[in-house]
Amino acid sequence: MRPLALLAVLALAGCTATPEPEPTDALSGTVTVFAAASLSGSFEEIKEAFIAENPDVDVVFSFGGSSGLATQLNEGAPADVFAAASPATMASVDDVSDAQVFATNVLEIAVPAGNTGGITGLDDFADPDKAIALCAVEVPCGAASAKLFEAEGITPSVDTYEQDVKAVLTKVELGEVDAGLVYVTDVREAGNGIEGIEVTSAPVDYPIVALTDSEAAVAFIAFVLSEKGRAILAAAGFGAP
Amino acid sequence: MRRRSFPPLLWIPAGIGFALLVLPLVGLVVRAPWAQLPGLLTETAVAQALGLSLGTALVSTAVSLVLGVPLALVLARSSDWPTVPRRLVRALVTVPLVLPPVVGGVALLLLLGRRGLIGQWLPVTIPFTPAAVVIAQVFVAMPFLVLAVEGALKGVDGRYEVAAATLGASRFTVFRRVTLPLVAPGVAAGGLLCFTRSLGEFGATITFAGSFPGTTQTLPIATYLQLQTDPDAAIALSLVLMLVSVVVLVSLRDRWVPGVTA
Repeated sequence: MRPLALLAVLALAGCTATPEPEPTDALSGTVTVFAAASLSGSFEEIKEAFIAENPDVDVVFSFGGSSGLATQLNEGAPADVFAAASPATMASVDDVSDAQVFATNVLEIAVPAGNTGGITGLDDFADPDKAIALCAVEVPCGAASAKLFEAEGITPSVDTYEQDVKAVLTKVELGEVDAGLVYVTDVREAGNGIEGIEVTSAPVDYPIVALTDSEAAVAFIAFVLSEKGRAILAAAGFGAP
Repeated sequence: MRRRSFPPLLWIPAGIGFALLVLPLVGLVVRAPWAQLPGLLTETAVAQALGLSLGTALVSTAVSLVLGVPLALVLARSSDWPTVPRRLVRALVTVPLVLPPVVGGVALLLLLGRRGLIGQWLPVTIPFTPAAVVIAQVFVAMPFLVLAVEGALKGVDGRYEVAAATLGASRFTVFRRVTLPLVAPGVAAGGLLCFTRSLGEFGATITFAGSFPGTTQTLPIATYLQLQTDPDAAIALSLVLMLVSVVVLVSLRDRWVPGVTA
């Protein structure tokens, strides 16, 4: 009984001294987040930190290619938050106007560990003797790659156009191709099987938006944009907007 | 022939089952951008993907017939094997049916890829070639043929084969002149299933063979990529795939597979 009595006393003391902030921000419920596949690692970390601060909230993810997720959303998939890997994809979602850029990403060359194909830069992508994987131009990373090659005046000699970044990484990691063009964050996440070669490319914006007026969803987005969220994203290789 | 009785109550689950299979396709047909369709069909990229799909599916079916029918015969005749190897072999043949096709594609890469168990010793590179498309399709579709033919073989009256053998036919002649004609409907049904499954193959193909227009980008892969940017075009492409499959199934089933249509 004694600890309880002590608590009561402390609470009373609190009331008389400085008033506690009203517990209105005790959020609850579930936030369903649709997010680009490249965000999977960092968003899982952000979720843990977010839930540590809001223990009554649960965050559920659906990771996938941004364009596919956008199609699902337009067909009525239930989501509270959408984080896309390109503004164009975000714009393709119906009734979205107030998306905010929360991170940026740049392309990087991925080669198998040991760089068995002897890749030194983007010029090697034009070599027909090298096996090359790129994202298909229909998905954001493919569009970014195409833009980069156009800017550099290089015509890549491609062996396969993959459906997303992860598929390119798989081909590189298994050594089926000598090089692929992915995002710097993917190279960092992939670990030992993959080495990265930096290229200069225009950063790609990652926008995020709340699709419902759920308070928890708004709070999740605020957390992504906060110092803590930024730090987690930066550790994964994302740039600040 | 007198009509057999049908318990009226069974219409309910049968109807729901039919609706579940057919209504999504109705959705596809209703939403299809019919005005776009003629333009899409004549587009070279689509024609290329359709041609590649039909060609590879045909080759895959031929390969599956040559390899799968003998395999089915082995399985059908395995009743005198010890239980464990018999069940193991049958289970292994069935695995590709339940494996997610993407996993099948990774498995093929690990075997036949540039660094694969066998691939590293080969003088040629298999991934990213039409041959890889065929291998992926055979891996995924041949089990359908094997199971169909095995089922048919088990229903064969063994006395015909014994009679042929006693009349002096060699074992291969018995197989060719007696067994095979007896199971022809099963072979045809299995071949058809195998062809249509090959036509729709996606996961193992894009993983093992990749996706390059004209070389490895089959119609299902082109459809999936279109879905990323232009869902209407993707629906039109799916319609093409669906039409081809329905035409093949409807036109061939009654003509070549009388035993299975019931």
